[in-house]
Amino acid sequence: MSKILDAKIPSGPLADKWDRHEMECPLVAPANRRKFTIIMVGTGLAGGGAAATLGELGYNVLNFCVQDTSRRAHSVAAQGGINASKNYQNDGDSVERLFYDTVKGGDYRSREANVYRLSQLSMGIIDQCVAMGVPFAREYGGTLANRSFGGVQVSRTFYARGQTGQQLLLGVYSALSRQIAAGTVKMFPRHEMLDLVVVDGKARGIVCRDLVTGEMKRYAADAVVLATGGYSPVFYLSTNAVNCSATAIWRAYKRGALFANPCYTQIHPTAIPQLGDYQSKLTLMSESLRNDGRMWVPKAPGDKRRPADIPEGERDYFLERRYPAFGNLVPRDIAARASKVECDAGKGVGNTGFAVYLDFADAIKRLGRDVVADRYGNLFTMYEEIIADDPYHTPMMIYPAPHYTMGGLWVDYNLESTIPGLFVAGEANFSDHGANRLGASALMQGCADGYFVVPRVVAGYLARGGLGKVTTEHDAFGAVEDEVRRRYDALLAVKGSRTVRDFHWDLGRVMWDKVGMDRDKAGLEAAIARIRELREAYWHDVKVPGDAADFNKQLEMAGRVADFLELGELMAMDALAREESCGGHFRAEHHTPEGEARRDDENFMHVAAWEHKGDGQAPARHVEPLVYENIEVKTRSYK
Amino acid sequence: MSEMTIHLKIWRQARGEAKGRFVDYTVEKVLPEMSFLETLDLLNEELTRQGQQPVEFDSDCREGICGTCGLVIKGTAHGPNPKTTTCEVRMRHFRDGETITVEPFRAGPFPILKDLVVDRTAFDRIQQQGGFVAANVGSAPDGNAVPIPKLDADKAMDAASCIGCGACVAACPNASASLFVSAKISQLSYLPQGGPERGRRALLMIGQMDREGFGDCSNHGECEAVCPKEISIENIARMRREFFKGALGGHDRKAATGD
Repeated sequence: MSKILDAKIPSGPLADKWDRHEMECPLVAPANRRKFTIIMVGTGLAGGGAAATLGELGYNVLNFCVQDTSRRAHSVAAQGGINASKNYQNDGDSVERLFYDTVKGGDYRSREANVYRLSQLSMGIIDQCVAMGVPFAREYGGTLANRSFGGVQVSRTFYARGQTGQQLLLGVYSALSRQIAAGTVKMFPRHEMLDLVVVDGKARGIVCRDLVTGEMKRYAADAVVLATGGYSPVFYLSTNAVNCSATAIWRAYKRGALFANPCYTQIHPTAIPQLGDYQSKLTLMSESLRNDGRMWVPKAPGDKRRPADIPEGERDYFLERRYPAFGNLVPRDIAARASKVECDAGKGVGNTGFAVYLDFADAIKRLGRDVVADRYGNLFTMYEEIIADDPYHTPMMIYPAPHYTMGGLWVDYNLESTIPGLFVAGEANFSDHGANRLGASALMQGCADGYFVVPRVVAGYLARGGLGKVTTEHDAFGAVEDEVRRRYDALLAVKGSRTVRDFHWDLGRVMWDKVGMDRDKAGLEAAIARIRELREAYWHDVKVPGDAADFNKQLEMAGRVADFLELGELMAMDALAREESCGGHFRAEHHTPEGEARRDDENFMHVAAWEHKGDGQAPARHVEPLVYENIEVKTRSYK
Repeated sequence: MSEMTIHLKIWRQARGEAKGRFVDYTVEKVLPEMSFLETLDLLNEELTRQGQQPVEFDSDCREGICGTCGLVIKGTAHGPNPKTTTCEVRMRHFRDGETITVEPFRAGPFPILKDLVVDRTAFDRIQQQGGFVAANVGSAPDGNAVPIPKLDADKAMDAASCIGCGACVAACPNASASLFVSAKISQLSYLPQGGPERGRRALLMIGQMDREGFGDCSNHGECEAVCPKEISIENIARMRREFFKGALGGHDRKAATGD
């Protein structure tokens, strides 16, 4: 039975919803806060920010991460910047405009009320980060600097060189450090959440594996927050860190939380192209490069001349040609697909033919080498180390790569999943970016959820009461721990012939070829069949060395890949069911004569949220209709 | 693309075992464009297939920003190339047939957990002693309320680029954490927001560095030479000034030590 989901959006005018909701959220008195324990999984901008802020408020927070220290959460790798509607540049920015750009950028598949709140909170994030000592770029007059990012016509992106994520995360890390010293936050590094414990229908704890000793551990709490990031490594090769995984959210899905829009994945247009089969990841080149770099391919298919030997008249600056209004600064989904179209037409460059040029010659001529070096020097250095070529003289070669997942666990306006007491923040939820995320909006959402939304809504949940005392001695904990143990023992017991990486690689190929930038019915059906075969083979033929009671990286990966082998199928099913093209989800059957995405608002203006019905059973697809009361729904155009 | 054969001499140490040893391995079909860690991946795939224990090492982002990876390659923390982390080292910097020694970041305060994996949580405990601006969420003025000269912001950013990898400690003959600690102290000393807690911060963080068992700085400069993020040793001089100012200010000393 398909259900209609209620997002619990507060009533009243859009601009007043969050303020009113904050006023209506019940509070916990300062002296009572320490009596509540909150489990926070993840230490990135969302998880770490929320843990520190809840700690400041006096709650008792248990914070977990798989990394050896909380300062390494994957938020650290974000390069380009963070959006905020400050209008410091006097170029007509406003809360309204950031809201509009984000809803349009998401191809009218995100929830109005959430995006408006995000836009409102964006300004406070910048203030907070400055107060914490985040060294944003500044002008000579001492004010904060901005740059522009794809999909918008204002400069609203704040940045710290090409290391904005790192600097924001170190701000979170320092706030966490302060709370750890104060005793409000207890940190558990090298701990991986392997399952969720639900007691009387409410999320009350987790089971973790201590990644150093291999010991299984139980933790109980009054509420659980997952902020464990996205699932791009389902493609094997992605720009994500090698330990990014879906395990925490996937385990929650299997315990009853709905998974929303799993097929919405962002393939970022500018990554260093794949070079060979040995590769463990793809390296991102920041979107900010498109501010000054021009993307082109040779006009003639199969032109293998060196870029310098191809005269101006024989080059096709394909984004400028197709999208004159936005040019090289079209949103990511548009730029990525346009590159793929050129390469599929035989105009790709480099050894593999799966690359396009990103050229800085004009920028260097216009601004001088020093200015270009000041803006992008660290990215040019990274590129040169990997490709052994100097982008100051030869155009960069780039190609799209899986980068971010807009899909995630379904949450209502309170970021609460369909399991009461289980909250989901940051990239791990689905709520703010619709079918495509604009550049510099991930950091904005992480910080907004972490510093502002989670602390308020979790307090509201706790204040409503009705939470009996639950300890880790409860039978539910024992049952879940036994299941987890059996699962990991089973992985070790297979003793097959192929490594975890072999399977992960195979899954990644299927996902990239059939559930990647261009999807069609036959391909998706083939993908589902192939993923089922791979999953079957995995549990009969995987070879995991070592034992469970030890530091064992291969065993960690084995558990994550087992989950990817299930998630991949759900992504393909979701893509198959969504008979339209929108944002990053492009169905070959649904496009305009010019090759642009064609939405079907009549039948698909909704969130699809999947419910697990048991292993081997088909999941149920539920919907949350999307209602646009404040924004005019249009065909998205950047021409 | 010519394939290379690489001989590796890798430090192996079981969890909880006091003594480790070097073990020799050979990896075939190494391509010059592969990263050093991808070569270790290749070795581990081979070891797994043969039923042997893979070599444990830490890594995460594999693009030089998270600070997770850290190996001593051919005797140098993060390998022979300047300004790179271990994960950024490419095999084209080595010769076909070369023997490469691989060790963990060695230092008393970085106990080995297994093989090449060390415990760097001492850095976290130092940071917890004042490595922050005590600014609760909700209390911040407008981001442009306090102008900060670009030069100061740039210097703060230079220091803030530290990724906390620990190479500076591994390279230092005294196993000093001075470069790491000074980077944080410097960053916050360049910014007005860090001002009120300056003296206290320097006293507390340096005190914790001592308690963790890190040595003092005696100006060898090895830390700066291996730092993948070019953190300058000038920060250590600045840290010393911050420390003395803090020690001379009775108010800061009282806040830090209680006496």
